[in-house]
This record gives sequence, C-alpha cells and structure tokens, in this order.
Amino acid sequence: MSGATLTGTGLSWDIAADLRQLLQFPFMVNALRAGTIVAVAAGALGWFMVLRRQSFAGHTLAIVSFPGAAGAILAGFSAIIGYFAASVGAALVIAALPRSIGGRARSSESAIIGTIQAFALACGALFVSLYGGFLNGLTGLLFGSFLGISDSQVLALLSVAAAALAVLALIARPLFFATVDPDVAAARGVPVRLLGVVFLILLGCAAAEVSQITGALLVFALLVMPPATAQQITARPMVSFALTIGLGLITVWLGLAAAYFSVYPVGFFVTTFGFAWYVLAAALRAFLGTGRHPAAAVPG
Amino acid sequence: MGGPGRLDAAVRFEHAAVRMAGRTVWSDVNLMVDYGQFTAVLGPNGVGKSTLVKAALGLVGLSAGSVTVLGRPAGQAGKEVGYLPQRRSFDAGLRVRGVDIVGLGCDGERWGVPLPWGERLFPARRAARDRVREAINLVGAAAFASRPIGQVSGGEQQRLLIAQALVRKPRLLVLDEPLDSLDLPSQASVAALIARICREQNVTVMLVAHDVNPILPYLDCVAYIAAGTAVCGPPESVIRSDTLTALYRTPIEVLRASDGRLVVVGEPEPPARHTDRHADAAAR
Repeated sequence: MSGATLTGTGLSWDIAADLRQLLQFPFMVNALRAGTIVAVAAGALGWFMVLRRQSFAGHTLAIVSFPGAAGAILAGFSAIIGYFAASVGAALVIAALPRSIGGRARSSESAIIGTIQAFALACGALFVSLYGGFLNGLTGLLFGSFLGISDSQVLALLSVAAAALAVLALIARPLFFATVDPDVAAARGVPVRLLGVVFLILLGCAAAEVSQITGALLVFALLVMPPATAQQITARPMVSFALTIGLGLITVWLGLAAAYFSVYPVGFFVTTFGFAWYVLAAALRAFLGTGRHPAAAVPG
Repeated sequence: MGGPGRLDAAVRFEHAAVRMAGRTVWSDVNLMVDYGQFTAVLGPNGVGKSTLVKAALGLVGLSAGSVTVLGRPAGQAGKEVGYLPQRRSFDAGLRVRGVDIVGLGCDGERWGVPLPWGERLFPARRAARDRVREAINLVGAAAFASRPIGQVSGGEQQRLLIAQALVRKPRLLVLDEPLDSLDLPSQASVAALIARICREQNVTVMLVAHDVNPILPYLDCVAYIAAGTAVCGPPESVIRSDTLTALYRTPIEVLRASDGRLVVVGEPEPPARHTDRHADAAAR
C-alpha cells in the first residue's frame, strides 16, 4: 500500500498519535492551513451564493480556473496566477451579461453561462494536450491535490481570502437585502446591480481558492454543500452563516486527514463528508417535519 | 396632524406630467392627499398608476409641474415614507424568516455586518429589535413571523411586507397593488388592516389598486387615472358615470351591485400597453 510507505505507520485508533503523525510533515501542515483558509472563504461566499441561487455561476467560475491553471503552466507562469486570473476574469464576463434587477433574465443567463463553461473546459483539455500530452497533476487540477502546497501559496491564499472577506464584511447587510428583496432594496437606495458585480468577483476569488484544494470539478464540496446543509437546518441568517463556516472547516479537516491515511484523492473525501452532512440534515428535517410548530414560534 | 385646512398636503401634485420612452404617460395631474387620509390611485392596467407613486417617491422624474411629499420635493422625505413595491413573491425554498425580512426594513441599506449579540451590547440595536417586534404585532404577523417567508401564504407575506414598510414609523405609506393576487378573504383582511393603520397610527396612506371594491368602505379620497390624466376627489363624486364619462370622453357606466360593490362598465383599454410595461420595467 503506497499510502503506508508515504505516511509511515498509518491510521491507528489513538487520535492523539494520529494527529501528531499528521502534523509532523510540513506539507501536511501547509495542506491544513490552506484547507482552513479555503473553507472559511468558500463558506462565507457560498452562503450568499446559495441564497442568491447563483450556484451555476459559481460552478462555472471554478471550471474556468482549470484552463486558467493549465494555460498558466503552459505559458510558464505559476498555476496560482492562472487560477485567480481566469476565475475573476470569468466573473467580470458573467457580471457584464444583461440581467434585470428582479432576476427575470436568469433563464437565458444560465444558457450563456453554460456555453462559457463548456468552452472553458474544452480550452483546458487543449492546453493540457499542447503541454505535451501528459501534464503532471492533471487529476490534481480536476479532482484536487493537497501535496506540495508551499508557504508562499498559503500566503497567497490567505491574502486573497482576507481581502475578499473584508470586502464581504463591508457589503454583507446591503447584499443580503439586495438578495432577498431586490425591489425594496433598490427603492431604498441600495446599489443592487453594483453589489451583484462585486459579489461575483468575490465569488470568483473563492472559486479559484477552492479549486486549488478540491480541484476544479469538485468545488461544490466547499462552496455549496456546507451552506445548503446549514440552510436546511435553520432559517436564522446568523446561525446558518456560522454553521456554514463550521461545517466547511470540519469537512476540509476530516477530508485532508482521510486523504492522508489513504491512497485516494482528497477531493473524494472532502466531497463525501460534505455530502454526508447534507444527507443527514435533509433526513433530520424530513424526520422532524417541515412545518415546525409555527404557532409556538416567537419572533426576535 | 393637520386636517384638510392645512396648507401643505402630505402629497401634492401640481400640473404634473411624466414622459417615458418619448411618450407622455399622463399630464396635467393635480392631486392633493391630506395628512392622515386613505387615498386610492385607481384606473385600468397600464395607465401609469405605478408611475404616479414612483413620481411621488422620486424614483421617476417629472417632465412638467411639481410634486411635494411631506412638504419636501419628491424623494427627499427619506425615512418618513414607507414603500411597498408592486407584488413581490418569495421563492418557496427561500430559507429566511419573515422577521429577518421585516428587520431589513429597519437597517437593510446600512453597510457592514450586524455583530452577533449586538442586541445585548448596543441600545440602538435593542430599540431596532423592539420596533421590528412592534411592527409585526401591529400587522398581526407574530404567529408566522419566525417561519421561512417562502412557506407562508400570500396574504401572510403581504402582512410581513407591510410590517417592513412600517418599521421605521413612516408618516406616509405608499403601497403599490398590495391586494393584487390575493384571494378575496385575504384582500378584505389586508384592506381592513391598512385602514386600521391609517386611522390608529395616523399614517397617510396612498394605495394603488385596479379594483376599488375591497377598499371602498375605507377611502377618503380617490385619484382616478385614465386617458392620460387624472381626476381626484371623494370616491362618491369620482367613481360616477358622469365623472368617468367626462374623463374618458366616451360613455362609461358605474353600476352598484346589490351588495354595494361598484362595477365600472365600458372602460376602454389604454393604447400602447406594451411600451408602457417596458417603460415601467426599465424605470424600476
């Protein structure tokens, strides 16, 4: 078993020993650092994305990071530049698509986004074959990898996440208003359209970050699953936001640990844990019943 | 607050006109809404009723004449005007509580994030929370305000949205088709609620409707828009065969059914309706 040769002793039932073993390698510490940063950024932006029904746009922003990274490697740049340039660029394109404030043009919007997504994926395939038929780490680009994350990469992830979260914190309340009630928000002077553009750019940053851990195809593990799960559990915005971040962190930590002790890709484990929380929450909600004692509820 | 004798009305249009997409929507509109009155803006679909309230809110500019709201130019009365736009519906899957939607009426446009546990630390946040609760109780929404808004009925959503418009204690409440797409019992109860708020809270109400019947018993004043202009006055003098005939310049009959409902017969459809709708959507 190749995992055993890499990791030494393998998984035991002594959790403290397992943790010590996990943290003895710098590459694993960096993976956990990167995963933590990415989980927080993805949870925060993903929470709004799920509320805004923009999951498809979010997925596309992640998909284009694949040709971005492959193209950057082909051109001799660092992959990380390709990830961010492609995702943020695609965010600007999607933001420029015509769209009414009330969101009525969404059906044609999704068709355009789908077209962009397919073309981006095709470009990625082209770049990979141009590179010489075998791009080392192709499965990493698509399905995630946690090996070889350098200190400078962690620093890049941290700075982008910190900047994105700072902007999000600044616009959070009007963005929430514009998301759930765009007409009144616009009448009250909230720049609904501008907030939509800023949000897409932030989402592009988050999608590019998540792609570097879970791979371009599995970003939903951290971008959609935690917020969707949290919003199943509670309709209180503050609580579900906090729950989203918590679920994202647990998902990424467990996923990285599982990937460390096995030979399978990290994207599989992160996605499987995210999926498990969602199924549990949906089952719990179905079990408890959806119309939970409305008469007994007290506002506030 | 002042009666009809007071010089500055809550809303006053003088020789007002609006042009949109190169077409005059209406012109020479003179309308006066007194403080504390319940006024309905009536007329068939597509004549520019929403445009009239948007002009009062300062969302649509006038091409001629003037409009003052609460003694100031349109759009400058800020918090003193509560606005409920034309029918919004909430996605059934939207997992946000009614109380949160009402709370956005309080501070939704403020930048930043509300701090968790801020209510314990800041008296202003506590006061805001109390105002939200007060508005919810006022519209009788306490029983369902904690449920996700997508899962309550249309009438219940409308009550919550009225609470949202009321949460900053406005002196003028502008409601655009609040009874549209509600079933008949909900129409009656929401109309009664709006009338009660008008009387008990001394809030001036300006309400757009295309059917006068649910609100007829409560109205002080009617602005009837048709044929590119408007007539205003007490309902019994406006919704009459001779007044509407003069307005439309074509024979109109107003009939009273045995249950007191008014039926307007012979209303011509306004021309160029499609461009109206687009102009409305663009102005929104």
